[in-house]
Amino acid sequence: MSLYETCIAPFAEYAFMRRALVAVCTIACGSAPLGVLLVLRRMSLMADAMSHAIMPGIALVFVFAGFSLPLMSLGGFVAGLVVAVLAGLVTRATDLREDASFATFYLIALAFGVLLVSLHGTTVDLLHLLFGSLLAVDNASLMLMASIAAGTLLTLAAFYRPLLMAASDPVFFASLGGKVMRYQLLYLLLTTLNLVAGFQALGTLMTVGMMIIPAVASRFWVQHLDAMLPLTMAIGLVSGITGLLLSYHKAVASGPAIILVAGIIYLMSLTFGRYGSLRARYWPRRHLTH
Amino acid sequence: MLELCDVSAGYDRHPAVHHITARFAPGSLTAIVGPNGGGKSTLLKAIMGLQPLMSGHMLWQGCTAHDAAYMPQQHMIDRDFPLRVLDIVNFGHWRRAGSFRALTPAMLEQSRAALRRVGMSAFAERPIASLSVGQFQRVLFARIIVQDARLILLDEPFAPIDNRTVRDLLPLLQQWRDEGRTILLVLHDLGLAEAYCPEALLLARELIAFGPSRTVLQQENLQRAQLLAESWQDIAPQCDRDLPPHRHDDDHDSHDHRHHDHHHGHAGHHHDHDGERA
Repeated sequence: MSLYETCIAPFAEYAFMRRALVAVCTIACGSAPLGVLLVLRRMSLMADAMSHAIMPGIALVFVFAGFSLPLMSLGGFVAGLVVAVLAGLVTRATDLREDASFATFYLIALAFGVLLVSLHGTTVDLLHLLFGSLLAVDNASLMLMASIAAGTLLTLAAFYRPLLMAASDPVFFASLGGKVMRYQLLYLLLTTLNLVAGFQALGTLMTVGMMIIPAVASRFWVQHLDAMLPLTMAIGLVSGITGLLLSYHKAVASGPAIILVAGIIYLMSLTFGRYGSLRARYWPRRHLTH
Repeated sequence: MLELCDVSAGYDRHPAVHHITARFAPGSLTAIVGPNGGGKSTLLKAIMGLQPLMSGHMLWQGCTAHDAAYMPQQHMIDRDFPLRVLDIVNFGHWRRAGSFRALTPAMLEQSRAALRRVGMSAFAERPIASLSVGQFQRVLFARIIVQDARLILLDEPFAPIDNRTVRDLLPLLQQWRDEGRTILLVLHDLGLAEAYCPEALLLARELIAFGPSRTVLQQENLQRAQLLAESWQDIAPQCDRDLPPHRHDDDHDSHDHRHHDHHHGHAGHHHDHDGERA
């Protein structure tokens, strides 16, 4: 099989593959920089939990209005915010720590969502919601994804400096009159939006992988944020496109294929990366003169 | 410059600093000393507005909390963050640059000059994770230089570092003082406080003494601070010092005498500046 047949022909021949290609590239571009900041803020588990939280919103809309993407996206967004606010309130009102409070709420939300779908839909529906149906993405949802990705990039670019300061040195930032809490909320909002954007293509559970895995992998190769952001985006794009082709040729589910490719890149970075990897630790290169 | 009037602040009803009254003049260099848990860091945070006041107020003359520069303890900063040394120093331009304005070449030159001043110019492009604790402390001093503030608050700037670094950085304090800035720094090393800081404030939740460092750091005062520190208990009775005097008599039995008996009858501004209280 030639390179053309492997890599180009599927996109040249099928419109659904072209749409899927645009979808994964959009998701990779929007999620990558957000993922980097989430990982650096140690909020990657929060993002994971959030991916569970949007489930009941999507499921409720699915049960009462059928498979309507705009409505399901809205439902997911609202559910994510409601659960985030509830978890935040419980943390403030009781002795429960934030992580525990988030974890309980998100688990309840996921259980509720899955139960709703299993009561009213088929197992196939449930699989689609959890793991996505990348090859069935239509133009309307492409528009939604593109808008959210563009909005995310613009927001992060506009608030880049305060976001960095609030994340790296929160006490100093607060001493300058900065509102650390406000940027925490911005992260929550952007995370929810990006999860909602990705759920149709990759499913609620897999989208968070595109956010976190490339960011964690790139940390093993570069030491500066300005290099980490483009590298993360590149890893996201490579995983997305490779995973998509893999799922086309081998007829496997596209969401898990993409995340597994990202996972392989992560494992290779973990083993062979330049900074802090297993190789750097156990087979260090000869030290420098100073 | 800055006057604290009967200020209390703390966590969760427990005041970590209790009814502090003190005045800091322009060009003064004050060491804040005292036992662990005595509220030294809390006092700085309260001044910066990072810790809400439980009672009392602050008078700012010729500046506001926004004109103050604050150096947090190092462990409050995420050293794993993939930033360069220069990025950290550039954060000091926040007041002028804010969220959206670009850093001008003049600002960048100020940052580099500040790094030269603390002997770190060769490290400008290094990732912060690669610095030693002492080197990073120099970078934090460079950031304070860039902030160019009238009031400078340093939380244990010398606690984590070696003597050589301390000797290199001490002249900066002197220079800031000569420039008429007001400096408050939390210190553990009493010798350093006495040798380099003209004034000292001894804090053990209560203000024990405030004035010329030689007077404040006398054995007698230090012992009193230590005794007070040893008497701290988990369960504290309610403090009624702000309330009208007759209330004091009403619930006299519930009062903790070790803390309070010498204050009865003195409402409000009862702390004097030279540590001769009680």
